[in-house]
Amino acid sequence: MSTIEDVKPVPVTLGGVRGGPERRTLRRDRWWASPAFTYAVLTLFVAYTAWAVFQNADYYVGVNMHRDLISPLYSPCIMGSCVPGAHGTFLVLHWWTITPAIFALSVPAAFRSTCYYYRKAYYRSFWQAPPACGVADGHARYTGETRFPLILQNLHRYAWGLALVWNVILTIDAVMAFRMPGDGGIGVSVGSLILTVNAIALWLYSLSCHACRHLCGGHVDQFSKAPIRHRLWKLVTPLNGRHMQFAWFSLFMVVLADVYVRIVAAGWIHDPKLF
Amino acid sequence: MSTTIDLAGGETLELHDFDVVVIGAGGAGLRAAVEAKQRGLRTALVCKSLLGKAHTVMAEGGAAAAMGNVWPEDNWQVHFRDTMRGGKMLNNWRMAQLHAQESPDRIYELERWGALFDRTKDGRILQRDFGGHRYARLAHVGDRTGLELIRTLQQRAVALGLEVFMECKVLRLLKDSTGQVSAAVGYWRPTGGFVAFTAKAFVLATGGVGKAWKYTSNSWESTGDGHAMALWAGADMIDMECVQFHPTGMVWPLSVRGILVTEGVRGDGGVLRNSEGRRFMFDYIPAMFAAETADTEAEADRWYDDHINNRRPPELLPRDEVARSINAEVKAGRGSPHGGVFLDIASRRSADYIRRRLPSMYHQFKELAGVDITQEPMEVGPTCHYIMGGVRVDADTAATTVPGLFAAGEVAGGMHGSNRLGGNSLSDLLVFGRRAGMAAADFAEGRVGQPGFDEAEARQVVADALAPFSREDGENPYEVHHALQETMQSLVGIIRTESELRQALDELATLEERASHVAVRGGRAYNPGWNLATDLPSMLAVSQLVTRGAIERRESRGGHTRDDYPKADPELGKVNMVQRLDERGQWVLTPEPLPQMPPELAALFDEGASTSANGAATDGKAGAATAGDGRDGQPREGQQSTQTTEEGR
Amino acid sequence: MGDVTMRIWRGDQNGGQFVDYTVPEVEGEVVLDVVHRIQAGPAPDLACRWNCKAGKCGSCSAEINGKPRLMCMTRMDQLPTEEPIVLAPMRTFPIIRDLVTDVSFNYVMARQLPPLKPRDPEPDGTYRMQQVDVERGQEFRKCIECFLCQDVCHVIRDHEENKPHYAGPRFFIRYMELESHPLDTNDRRELLRQRMGIGLCNITKCCTEVCPEGIKITDNAIIPLKERVVDGAYDPIAWLGRKILRRTKRSAREVAADAPAAYAPTSEDLGERRAVPETAGRA
Ligand SMILES: Cc1cc2nc3c(=O)[nH]c(=O)nc-3n(C[C@H](O)[C@H](O)[C@H](O)COP(=O)(O)OP(=O)(O)OC[C@H]3O[C@@H](n4cnc5c(N)ncnc54)[C@H](O)[C@@H]3O)c2cc1C
Ligand SMILES: Cc1cc2nc3c(=O)[nH]c(=O)nc-3n(C[C@H](O)[C@H](O)[C@H](O)COP(=O)(O)OP(=O)(O)OC[C@H]3O[C@@H](n4cnc5c(N)ncnc54)[C@H](O)[C@@H]3O)c2cc1C
Ligand code: SF4
Ligand code: SF4
Ligand code: FES
Ligand code: FES
Repeated sequence: MSTIEDVKPVPVTLGGVRGGPERRTLRRDRWWASPAFTYAVLTLFVAYTAWAVFQNADYYVGVNMHRDLISPLYSPCIMGSCVPGAHGTFLVLHWWTITPAIFALSVPAAFRSTCYYYRKAYYRSFWQAPPACGVADGHARYTGETRFPLILQNLHRYAWGLALVWNVILTIDAVMAFRMPGDGGIGVSVGSLILTVNAIALWLYSLSCHACRHLCGGHVDQFSKAPIRHRLWKLVTPLNGRHMQFAWFSLFMVVLADVYVRIVAAGWIHDPKLF
Repeated sequence: MSTTIDLAGGETLELHDFDVVVIGAGGAGLRAAVEAKQRGLRTALVCKSLLGKAHTVMAEGGAAAAMGNVWPEDNWQVHFRDTMRGGKMLNNWRMAQLHAQESPDRIYELERWGALFDRTKDGRILQRDFGGHRYARLAHVGDRTGLELIRTLQQRAVALGLEVFMECKVLRLLKDSTGQVSAAVGYWRPTGGFVAFTAKAFVLATGGVGKAWKYTSNSWESTGDGHAMALWAGADMIDMECVQFHPTGMVWPLSVRGILVTEGVRGDGGVLRNSEGRRFMFDYIPAMFAAETADTEAEADRWYDDHINNRRPPELLPRDEVARSINAEVKAGRGSPHGGVFLDIASRRSADYIRRRLPSMYHQFKELAGVDITQEPMEVGPTCHYIMGGVRVDADTAATTVPGLFAAGEVAGGMHGSNRLGGNSLSDLLVFGRRAGMAAADFAEGRVGQPGFDEAEARQVVADALAPFSREDGENPYEVHHALQETMQSLVGIIRTESELRQALDELATLEERASHVAVRGGRAYNPGWNLATDLPSMLAVSQLVTRGAIERRESRGGHTRDDYPKADPELGKVNMVQRLDERGQWVLTPEPLPQMPPELAALFDEGASTSANGAATDGKAGAATAGDGRDGQPREGQQSTQTTEEGR
Repeated sequence: MGDVTMRIWRGDQNGGQFVDYTVPEVEGEVVLDVVHRIQAGPAPDLACRWNCKAGKCGSCSAEINGKPRLMCMTRMDQLPTEEPIVLAPMRTFPIIRDLVTDVSFNYVMARQLPPLKPRDPEPDGTYRMQQVDVERGQEFRKCIECFLCQDVCHVIRDHEENKPHYAGPRFFIRYMELESHPLDTNDRRELLRQRMGIGLCNITKCCTEVCPEGIKITDNAIIPLKERVVDGAYDPIAWLGRKILRRTKRSAREVAADAPAAYAPTSEDLGERRAVPETAGRA
């Protein structure tokens, strides 16, 4: 570990009188609209997911309906409690008897909650630190991400690594969704398309991750000496610029996929085969 | 070391002592201070705005240095010759030589201090083409080279622990009984409290004078304080009439009046039109350029693609010609609604092309003016840009004629002759900033005895500065400033005649009178009205210098154009117009011969001398003004043969 | 055209209030032009800092209708003129007068920044760097030091007590520039973590939102720096890797030992040098 004692601190004059009025903000636009919207959407999402997790039913469309569709909220489904057919092939945790979604969601939850973008979103909307630019945050003290638990945000890259494994699994799910047992063997249905788009969205979201950008090449100081990492970095950088869009898009896709599988599994509609 | 002196009336004066005090924190001042500090001297840097905000940040194009990274053929001799020719041979040859020889080292040094210049394919510093430079020679960072330069030097200065006195405006230099400059008196802008510095050597690096004119590309700080302080301290000033006006500054909207529009717009196909939509430049082709200038629009338009078989468009005539024509059009009532003419590239080039070739111009108009230059024409007119004249200095040491006083940067004269080439200023700052720092350090080390401090004189400076507060019903300083700007703009502008200049002198006398009666209200802390009131004497002194010089130089040469003497006079080309205040405070002006160039350097001008030297007549400017951005660093065909001494930015 | 009312905060350390100035509307003006007209007319002592009026020097920072912006780059026709336009000084820094604040905090942070320590040059005394090596840093060097990002950053805007240990976004980009500098041999990560408050930033991106130069402060500097700090301090695998490969960058201590001049305390600190009005605060 390096020491830093030799960098001489220069005192900062504190407590100077500030100009302007003592008011939370001078902004007159609707600065609260965006955090309020984020607040609403994230709350809805969390509420829906919580509900869906404890449903512990209607997350798999199987052979009896000539399909192989699994909700992304329940995949990988390798628990003793999984409905038959949704099981993973290689590994089954027979002792797991509560809803399998808790395991399936652990990694995405860790990934998204430590995501640099979602951090911004919930720090602004939930924690109100700050609610919007130039609007006082109103907390008495502020330590940012320097203490437990928030210091754990620094492990985001591990969550990212695990999320990639999940992405592979959800990609396999999407590929499997083109199997239509008893309905022509292989085909394209609305459900398979939704799962495919969901998988693509998840890849875009994870590959545009800031930790990914760092690990690909961001850590390099002299790009010309590391052409491959530079190329990777160049590939990831434009994706990274749209990370927010991918974050919302993939979130929306996950919910859409779950809802779709759920209504098909519940027998409300039939998954239409397109060709 | 600092002490406080009580002045009369409860007024106090903070007194600091240093070895070297540098006044001005632009490129030149910073470089000088860094040099003195590196030598281990107690050095202070004083500037009237915050550190890092000096006018140098506005420089865009680049810093000229014959590094030969793009064109190995380039060397200091070629750069030297370009500079002398650009200055119409009025330059101090030794300064031009040192500048050409030392700029590459100064640029490399910046890189060691953290500057990130654009690169060539093989990893060296990329160089770009510019008007008047025979080879692509400008080290640059996109179009914000000045910012890079100032930030690098600023960070270097901070790393060295240099003491910086920010927002501290120096008013006067004081001499002690030995006749050497020994102190400077000024005030803190944030508090209005007075402060003085004693030091063994002082370096002036206060930049330009543009704010005396109505339309200028210069920043707020360019009020010629250094010029005036040197003059008042008894220093010689040379060639103050040589002020560079750029023909295309923005005139509208109000918010951007004076801001520069790069020559690249015309080089890339932009044309000038009057209110009738006519490309009026065809009406103003002077006989001496007729042979090389297109006389039909068709031919002019072909030139952009084929320089060899067509003559160049009249829009690319020398700067004074273009500016004169714009003036004439406006006077004849064919100007644009806001007193300029139209510069139109929108109707001539695709939106894509414009955005690609002129990104910063596109951005500048879009952001500042709400004008989309791919859709609408721009309104342009001449703008005051740079002063070539300044304090007379010794080339090797930057010493002025007053012992203990050194000067570098735009405030010093001689380096650029009667016309500066684009990019030569930034490298000038580095080369002569360093030399001034070195020489000031030498001088400080060699100076015997403690510099004296004349308290009575300091008290007078303070009293003069405070006088506007005590006047009950004086004039608002802003009104005097506006009147001064009007006078200089209309009478000592780009085209001058004897009668107008004499009229200007009369008006300046009146303005001086008015300036001595301005009143300021409010407190002293950060009072802009007061600040302007203390700027007025400097601007008035500079205006006088320019006007007097302009009267005496009865010829047209480089930046100085006389309607009544439209040709260059070979005899006047051999003299500097030297001005000073004598012991009784009388203005003295004497033409003095230029330093003599040694034969081996003079020989450089023998070959291909056709486009060289004397004056507007053979100004040779209009060649390929498409100096372009050259960002690819690839030499272009015909580049060496088509020359231009046209100023870039 | 009609009139426009500017509601400008006038005051100093002893307090102040908004004062309305109504001036005729003029086409094509920016906020700074209107302030100048107010100075030339009704309020010649209205304090406002500016230099270039072209968005290049970063002097004219203020809060316009509550948003930190450059006065010279904010066009009047982009602001709603039915209501008065509110002009206040930057909130985060101590007031000097009217629209002018004491930004010496930033110069103090600049002083503590370990400068570039370049590796040895090529035999010809110069360096080789490719365009791709310098491009990342060039983005950060566009900074005009307007300090709007420092002003908007809630870490110090709303929590004065964080100032001594928080470099702020303007200097995070400078740290990133140096940390990723192709010639640099210095390691400032621990300094950043322990004393410069990289962990205090919660990446809420207000700095990026206000930067007039459009520098992607959060995405391109702060987050990459946070990741670099993770490499050095939090990532167990990276730590193990370093142990095994014995690869370390130089510590700040070693670096400091090599370049003592850079850290040598100067006789007095910059705050005093700026002659901040005495009532401005306690040390
Ligand atoms: C969506 C969500 C976001 C959460 N965000 C945070 C969080 O940002 N910070 C946190 O400590 N716990 C956070 N938690 C965890 C939980 O709220 C803790 O119980 C909390 O720290 C207790 O705060 P308090 O009631 O004492 O409030 P406070 O007095 O407001 O704060 C207590 C502590 O939290 C820190 N803090 C406040 N706001 C922030 C912020 N925006 N960023 C970093 N630190 C901050 C303060 O420095 C202080 O140390 C979050 C939980 C959820 C579900
Ligand atoms: C738009 C524009 C573009 C340009 N582009 C280029 C280019 O591409 N290439 C090129 O080579 N040149 C260019 N120039 C010219 C060049 O920028 C200037 O000539 C040069 O920056 C002058 O630098 P300086 O160090 O002499 O002074 P400045 O940078 O003007 O600094 C003057 C300093 O003196 C201080 N000062 C002044 N008066 C006082 C006082 N009374 N007390 C205390 N301090 C004082 C100021 O605070 C400031 O710090 C350009 C100029 C303009 C206007
Ligand atoms: S992203 Fe970080 S540095 Fe930027 S404003 Fe927010 S907290 Fe401050
Ligand atoms: S990073 Fe942007 S906002 Fe911050 S000081 Fe620099 S230019 Fe201003
Ligand atoms: S997933 Fe958002 S930053 Fe890593
Ligand atoms: S005055 Fe220079 S940025 Fe506004």
